[in-house]
Amino acid sequence: MAEIRSDFVGIKSPNPFWLASAPPTDKEYNVRRAYQAGWGGVVWKTLGLDPHIVNVNGPRYGVVYGADRRVLGLNNIELITDRPLQVNLDEIKAVKRDWPDRALVVSLMVPCEEHCWTEILAKVEDTGADGIELNFGCPHGMSERGMGSAVGQVPDYIEMVTRWCKAATRMPVIVKLTPNITDIRYPARAAKKGGADAVSLINTVSSITSVNLDTFSPEPSIDGKGSHGGYCGPAVKPIALNMVADIARDPETAGLPISGIGGVTTWRDAAEFMALGAGNVQVCTAAMTYGFKVVQEMISGLKLWMDDKGHADLAAFTGRAVPNVTDWQYLNLNYVTKARIDQSACIQCGRCFAACEDTSHQAIAMRVEGGGRVFEVIDAECVACNLCVNVCPVENCITMERLPAGTVDPRTGRVVSDRHEDWRTHPNNPGRVAAE
Amino acid sequence: MDGAAHRPGIAAGRLGAAEIAENFGDLHPPLDPHEAAVAADRCYFCHDAPCIAACPTGIDIPLFIRQIATGQPRAAAQTIFEANILGGMCARVCPTETLCEEACVRMTAEERPVEIGRLQRYATDAQMATGRHPFTRAAPTGRRVAVVGAGPAGLACAHRLAMHGHDVVVMDARPKGGGLNEYGIAAYKTVDGFAQAELDWLMAIGGIELRAGVALGRDVTLDGLAGEYDAVFLGMGLGAVNALACEGNDLPGVEDAVDFIARLRQSGDLTALPVGRRVVVIGGGMTAVDAAVQSKLLGAEEVTIVYRRGKPAMSASLYEQDLAASKGVRLIYNARPLHVLGNGRAEAVEFEYTADGPSGLHGTGETFTLAADQVFRAIGQTLVTGPLAGLDLDGRKITVDAAGRTSRRGVWAGGDCASGGADLTVTAVAQGRDAAESIHRALMG
Repeated sequence: MAEIRSDFVGIKSPNPFWLASAPPTDKEYNVRRAYQAGWGGVVWKTLGLDPHIVNVNGPRYGVVYGADRRVLGLNNIELITDRPLQVNLDEIKAVKRDWPDRALVVSLMVPCEEHCWTEILAKVEDTGADGIELNFGCPHGMSERGMGSAVGQVPDYIEMVTRWCKAATRMPVIVKLTPNITDIRYPARAAKKGGADAVSLINTVSSITSVNLDTFSPEPSIDGKGSHGGYCGPAVKPIALNMVADIARDPETAGLPISGIGGVTTWRDAAEFMALGAGNVQVCTAAMTYGFKVVQEMISGLKLWMDDKGHADLAAFTGRAVPNVTDWQYLNLNYVTKARIDQSACIQCGRCFAACEDTSHQAIAMRVEGGGRVFEVIDAECVACNLCVNVCPVENCITMERLPAGTVDPRTGRVVSDRHEDWRTHPNNPGRVAAE
Repeated sequence: MDGAAHRPGIAAGRLGAAEIAENFGDLHPPLDPHEAAVAADRCYFCHDAPCIAACPTGIDIPLFIRQIATGQPRAAAQTIFEANILGGMCARVCPTETLCEEACVRMTAEERPVEIGRLQRYATDAQMATGRHPFTRAAPTGRRVAVVGAGPAGLACAHRLAMHGHDVVVMDARPKGGGLNEYGIAAYKTVDGFAQAELDWLMAIGGIELRAGVALGRDVTLDGLAGEYDAVFLGMGLGAVNALACEGNDLPGVEDAVDFIARLRQSGDLTALPVGRRVVVIGGGMTAVDAAVQSKLLGAEEVTIVYRRGKPAMSASLYEQDLAASKGVRLIYNARPLHVLGNGRAEAVEFEYTADGPSGLHGTGETFTLAADQVFRAIGQTLVTGPLAGLDLDGRKITVDAAGRTSRRGVWAGGDCASGGADLTVTAVAQGRDAAESIHRALMG
């Protein structure tokens, strides 16, 4: 059986599944239940200075549903912990004492003044926690007070605070980044310059999930008004994967450990984050939607997949997809594919036809035969866009098949070459370079 | 229990009021909003959807289901009613398992279709609950059209004509409009007086006058109507019942299934409706199933349908056959009646097994006898042709073209009395609607 023990910046956990700093890790009761359920670690919900903040007393969450009310995206306007600092510290100490084999990282958010950080760091260190995470990510509420994403959006501040923390504690420092920026590489570089042991991302995306069309209030609505919240859940995973990959392949941050966050719902999501360079993952929405038990599926699924693929441990596949993430200009223009429809699997819904005919390249023909409909790809029109594959409701009914070198692409009339050729040498590129 | 359950002969009150109420409750209860959302989510919104092609009225099913899924069931209802003004009744009585739902691509995918019929009911119920009629009439044209028969064909035709601004007089031989919706369909498919409620709702378009108790050939003539009105639509259905060619056919206790069903539908108190202890239904269509199942639900102890051909030939769908079996009705295939036996009243029926050969159906010589206090004939209905002199007939129905035109100028026909299409409510609606469009073009052209 594959080994999924995790060592992330020296913090050990029996598996790479941590609960992210969020409502599920707000207090001792929840964290004990999480450990009992099998979570490898938790990042304790963000601590701040006393007097503790308060939360709204109306709804904190908004949601985007898929079919059958499946939660695709969750947005929240909850702030950092709303309990006294000492209560949290005492609970952290007690939990860590009882669960020494589990990771326990403490998330922190205090004003950008050095003494604020050094004072709270000393207190956290006293709990026996394994590390700290600097919350430079939350986009709502706290950012109005100059904290959270207000810091994460200014690389200089990230570097400055990280440096203070590294100087003040022996604990590993993880810097949690906000996605509400233009280029994630700048804050990541700043964290590294400040001496961060790792970055974690993404925090939530600034969002309004919906508008109540009776009251014209954004949701969640507090007495008829709404404030933007932080969006998370499966809907943000693609954004998070891209940002993780950007950092993993940036020469300036290459090798900087990453804790992957953003819509991790299944073992597969976790494996994808790790393949793109994340050393572990943090989960929130899946737990908030289904409860802590989901980790059991994640653990068993990841192990089985690793066994099937022959990955003995996490290191065997971590970062394996990073070299395959590249810029568009390097993509092989001689990779020519055509859609293929498996007629025995086709249920004749015609969605491929509608999508291609209305919105793409008129490359699917529909004819009536034997009382049913037959859909076939017109190779001379198919640009291989993949939209038919994506809209087909039947798995593997439509696939993309590569034209072998030497055959003629009926669309272009050109013989398919087995040589890699890309935009850099393309005749239409005004800035092309000579072919090597 | 007072013992009425096992009383010999034909008797009322075999079951108590509570049991009757439960038995005759909605066969397919309405979907609640959550169930509708879940059911609607399963629709793939197919291109040029097979379900639309399978619907005789061509309702844009994927569109109305998407409208339900996005929280606008009344918009969905509008989509339905534009194609089929009796969409509420069709949602209840259509054999969807052989129409839209059979064509649903989910059948290919997982042998479980989107529940189109129940979703259609969800949408139409939502609109009808508002009490508002969803269409308005065009400016009056001054044209007058006579519609004979207030069943699905006649009502669909009248409504479409009224929408176009024509004045319509609908005549029906029965005391109430609605045709088979009111008199001929199993009660558990259309509960709570829905047929009459739908009729009233449909009439709210305005411009339609219903004259009940007026029969073609008795009170009015085709020549008379053709002279008085700008156009005539014939949608009076099949008024006669095929005779049963067997001895003892006229014994008391033997009657037409359609009369039993009509009596049942008009009964205010089903505990007062007599039914046999042992009932035999002869025939293989929906009427046979409706009569048999309702006999069982009234408390008949033994109910048997006997059909002369095999199971696949039966015009009642497999779903209907299974429904009958699930209610405790026994189905015997490949047998034909020889005699109704009895001393002064029906007591049993003797049957002979049949086989299909090169020269058609023939008896095998092997016989059996079923005890029967009550025998229902359900071997099909036939057109009353007397009042139709001068019209071309196609076999036993009025010959019509695709637009519903008969051989006589100014006279259209549709529904069960006209040639073409299955004898279904939804087919009748399509034919009535299309004839109305043809009449409109003829009158305004």
